[in-house]
Formats: sequence, C-alpha cells, structure tokens
Amino acid sequence: MSSKADWPLWEVFVRAKRGVSHVHAGTVHAPDAELALQNARDLFTRRSEGISLWVVKSNDITASDPDDRDALFDPADDKTFRHPTDFELPDEVANM
Amino acid sequence: MAADSDALQARFDRLIDADERIEPRDWMPDEYRKTLVRQIAQHAHSEIIGMQPEGNWLTRAPSLRRKAILTAKVQDEAGHGLYLYGAAETLGTPREELLDRLHTGRQKYSSIFNYPTLTWADVGAIGWLVDGAAIMNQVPLCRCSFGPYARAMIRICKEESFHQRQGFQIMLTLAKGTPEQKTLAQDALDRWWWPSIMMFGPPDAESVHGDQNMRWGIKRFGNDELRQKFIDATVPQADLLGLVIPDPDMYLDEESGHYVHGTIDWDHFWDVVKGDGPCNRERLATRVGAHDDGTWVREAATAYADKQAQRAAEAAA
Repeated sequence: MSSKADWPLWEVFVRAKRGVSHVHAGTVHAPDAELALQNARDLFTRRSEGISLWVVKSNDITASDPDDRDALFDPADDKTFRHPTDFELPDEVANM
Repeated sequence: MAADSDALQARFDRLIDADERIEPRDWMPDEYRKTLVRQIAQHAHSEIIGMQPEGNWLTRAPSLRRKAILTAKVQDEAGHGLYLYGAAETLGTPREELLDRLHTGRQKYSSIFNYPTLTWADVGAIGWLVDGAAIMNQVPLCRCSFGPYARAMIRICKEESFHQRQGFQIMLTLAKGTPEQKTLAQDALDRWWWPSIMMFGPPDAESVHGDQNMRWGIKRFGNDELRQKFIDATVPQADLLGLVIPDPDMYLDEESGHYVHGTIDWDHFWDVVKGDGPCNRERLATRVGAHDDGTWVREAATAYADKQAQRAAEAAA
C-alpha cells in the first residue's frame, strides 16, 4: 500500500454559470485543498462545465440519517396548504 | 431483527419496482452491493487500461490536430475511470483496495484492451467500433438503479460521442485516401470487428448473472439484444466507408430487418478473458509500473500537505 491511501476524499461542487448555485459533481482524492481544486478542475471542467469550484472534505459533511427520513420529512406531506394549488379560487380571479 | 431486515428488504424492493434510484446510504442487500462494486470497479479498470492501446499512438499521430484530439480522448478515459472509482467508493470500498484488486489480477477489465494497436488506422477503428460498442452498452447504464453509477454514466456518455465520431472520421479519411490508406482501414476493421462484437459478452443463454441484474435494474437489456443493435447500426456505416465487414456468413434478414452474424469464436474470447490474449501481461505490467513509478509523487504531495498544515498550525499558535 502506498501513501495514496492517506489522501482524503473531497466532494466537488461546480457552478455552471453566473446566476446558478454550485451543484455536486462528484469526488476527488487529494492531499490538501489546493490540489483537490486542481484535480477537480482537471476532472470536472474539461468542457467548460463551470466557472467556479468548491471542494470540501467528505468527512466534514454532516448528513441526515436515512433512518430518520420519516421523522424529518413525512410531516410535510399532509400540509398541502403550503402550496398555492391547495386554494381553489373563482375563475374571475385571473392571475393570483 | 428479522422483522427489521424484512422491512428493509421490502422497502428496497419497492424502490426498485418503482424504478427509483438507490443511494449510497440506503440499506441494500449485500449481494447487490457486491455486484455493483465488482461491476463499477471493473468498468473503471477498463477505462484506465483503455488509455494504453491509444496512448501507443500519441507520439506518432499524423498531425498536430490529430495528436491534440487523441490526447484529449486519452485524458477523457482517465477521467471516466476516476468518475467510476468515485462511484464505487460510495459503496464503502476504498480506491486503494480497488486498484489493488486490478494490480493483483483479482478483478478484470474489458478484454478488448488486450489487443495491440499496430497502425494509425487502429486508432480510428477503436473510436468507431470499440467506443461505439461501449456506447451501446453504456447508454442503458445511465438508468441503472444505483444513483452514483447512473450519474457517472451520464457524464461518460456525453463524452463518448466525441470519441466515436473522431474515430469514424479517421476511418473516413483513410477510406477515401490512397489505396494504401484504404488497405490500412480495411485491415484495422478486419482485426477489430470480432473482438468488438464480443464486447457485449457471451450469449444470454450462457450469461451467469443476467437475470438477477435485470431484476435489480443494474442491467436493462440482454447481451444479444445490444450486440444486434450495434451490428445493425454499424454495417451501414461500413458500407458508407466502402469497407467490408469480415464476416462472409453475414446477411440481412429481410423479414426482421436485422443483420444475422456468423459464428462467434467464444473459445478465443474465453482465452483472452483468462489471460492469454495478445497483450494481457503487457497491459497489466504497464499499469502496475505506472502506479509504482508514481509512488514518490504521491509521497511528496503528502509530505508537502503535512508541512503546510503544520506551518499553518504553528502560525496560529
């Protein structure tokens, strides 16, 4: 085994163009943030896919537990009144 | 506990039946995880071993433009390998372990890369036929049930199209060139045709994992179906080039509209899979050599990162 095993994993986010958010693209291995950016540049933006990159160590991400899915997200399911389509209005109200 | 695992299995089955994607932190059957790690890793190995046959012509490309194109293509293959290793790692097997399985021969790569690239025309034939067959295999994988694999495949398929078109254009240039150039093109087609249609794997009747992988949404079409699709698409392209498919038994079945191919030499296929193709040993030795030769670079980068981190810590103290 070489020292590559010690290179941490980084999550890569790419902003495709001005006006849109950075979106997760994938991962790279790198010994530090600077090289992670270089590797991300080579791997994910060879065809003008982005104008800005973020890298963050995978270990630094806190993710919700799939087992908590129901507790976290189910309560929203029966609150359809949060959506405008839940309210029927007369046709005379053209645009609201 | 049994009730728990039943519920988990039921939820997994529901997601598969609904054609939803499975994500890395979801519960999944051990065998599903194992199958995916193997398939994605072997796919990744194929991409990086696939750099070698074409890399052979980088220094001898016939023009600066062709050289730049081929360099970009070989770089893409490296990128495809990295997308795929990244997808496999989300299943919990580290990159180093995956590479180790390749380097020790415990995992295979596509047999197509065990054939030599004898002339420049081979670079054209690889793009046209090998990448063409790969696209047929890979497009359905964009809908694979495992999310990270499907997403990697979408990126890859977008890039493969350029690979096939540049290959066909090389073939076209040669086929419309001097008689010598046309001979080179025909010779490359003669050598790459059969290995290319073997890329779809053995006939479905002999395929070991087919049914289960269909059930799991890892595989969407049978080997024979994809092979037929590739042949039907490719034969008219050979006609356009004015080249002859090296299969004297092939004919167009008027009723079905399909080209029926002659007998495929599966004994030869299995010989290459088992290690006795023309370049098996050379390919693996080159890969292991590249990895070993890069050790000092990886160590230096790690040492530099450690030093920078230490300096930053000292400055902050």
